[in-house]
Amino acid sequence: MIEYRSIGKTFADGTEAVGDFSLQLPSRTTTVFVGSSGCGKTTLLRMVNRMVDPSHGQVLIDDVDIATRNKVELRRSIGYVMQEAGLLPHRRVIDNVALMMRLKGASKKEARDRAHEVLETVGLDSSLANRYPAQLSGGQQQRVGVARGLVTDPNILLMDEPFGAVDPIVRDELQQELLRLQRELDKTIVFVTHDIDEAFLLGDQVVILKKGGEIAQVGSPADILAEPAGDFVRSFIGLDKGHRKLHVEERNGSRIVVDETGKATGVLSE
Amino acid sequence: MSVLNDTVDWLSDSANWSGDDGIPHRLTQHLEYTALTVAIAAAIAIPIGLWVGHTGRLRGLAVVSTGALRALPTLGVLTYASLFSGIGIKPAIFTLVLLAIPPLLAGAYAGLESVNRQTIDAARAIGMTEWQVLRKVEVPLALPLIIGGFRSATLQVVATATVAAYIPGPGGLGRYLIDGLAVSDYARIVGGSVVVIALALVLDGLFVILQRVALGSRPSRTPTAA
Repeated sequence: MIEYRSIGKTFADGTEAVGDFSLQLPSRTTTVFVGSSGCGKTTLLRMVNRMVDPSHGQVLIDDVDIATRNKVELRRSIGYVMQEAGLLPHRRVIDNVALMMRLKGASKKEARDRAHEVLETVGLDSSLANRYPAQLSGGQQQRVGVARGLVTDPNILLMDEPFGAVDPIVRDELQQELLRLQRELDKTIVFVTHDIDEAFLLGDQVVILKKGGEIAQVGSPADILAEPAGDFVRSFIGLDKGHRKLHVEERNGSRIVVDETGKATGVLSE
Repeated sequence: MSVLNDTVDWLSDSANWSGDDGIPHRLTQHLEYTALTVAIAAAIAIPIGLWVGHTGRLRGLAVVSTGALRALPTLGVLTYASLFSGIGIKPAIFTLVLLAIPPLLAGAYAGLESVNRQTIDAARAIGMTEWQVLRKVEVPLALPLIIGGFRSATLQVVATATVAAYIPGPGGLGRYLIDGLAVSDYARIVGGSVVVIALALVLDGLFVILQRVALGSRPSRTPTAA
């Protein structure tokens, strides 16, 4: 379990990214931080592996204050996937993935074998293993990024807008892939996005943030849709625009689901 | 045309290809001075440049002092230095080191600055130590520019090492220029210059190859999108 205990972060230039934030992230579930830019979601994520140290308060992993842990060791124990994948351009795909194993002291062969295995897990053809990142498409690079995050089999996986830079079709594919992986692997995932649809799709627990890391609402997607806490949330999740309010209409004998604007969005299964 | 003919004669005269004042010996000396100078300058400039590039600290100072060092008049510094350390190779090497530092320093810090911030951030986030970030990410990615620094430093030193002969004592290819000038032996002056130019071109070619090797088989552009 990851726990934020009344943490805040003010950067050296005086910007307050997070005011006062407390939350528990249950193990083996996906928690999604969602909000517009400047809401502090990335700062919150980066506090988990001490890429950012809080100005006050504590972050605990399994009841241990991570401020007491060595930064480098901590980071090696946590998977990290970022936007644009963040791969090393001068290393081949296979070496990018194996690197994490090498950092943890695995032998070259052990690291490579494991890297091949995990590349397969994320659905990458082994023929791509010897390419350089620049020779892959954005979606493929992102898969390599996920593979790198998973290669050491960490309990925690941090994902910072990992699918933000790929086109919608590929993003959809990667999201489904992540859901499949999570069913198999059961990680504690912390996911950051500005896309509420992505948050609802992937999150067991969704945290909607206002400016300065202020929590607008926490809950499961269903809870939030059922009882949005106030106008900010209502507007953020799109209830006021009508495309989430659906009703059923009868057309030529089938029952069609239509949103408030009259746009058909699906068919009701019998 | 006579100077040209005389120069060809001078270069093809076998007497000029042997002995202490022969081209092979002077060329070797010249290369030794250059290697020594660049090695000393690199030992000073590269660590500082890497530190500035890695931490981003004192960057302004590095830029200003690089510019200032570049503006130093070589002959003036040489004369001044020889007043302190006496006649010999030392003041010449000292002067040339000052000349070689700016390009090396600039190559190192600019090279590190050219590395994508996100790549460095990612390296740190997956658990590399600062030393590993420097050694495994920043330096390899900055290598073409760092070698570029060595390239211009070496060329400047090769060209300028000729002034070492301005004070008695040191050898090198500059001897032909300075000694030739003293007795108006133009064939020797031009001949010596030709050898210096040839040396500079050969070294430059070697550095071009080295820069290619540093890039390795890594593609510089994105060839595919799928």
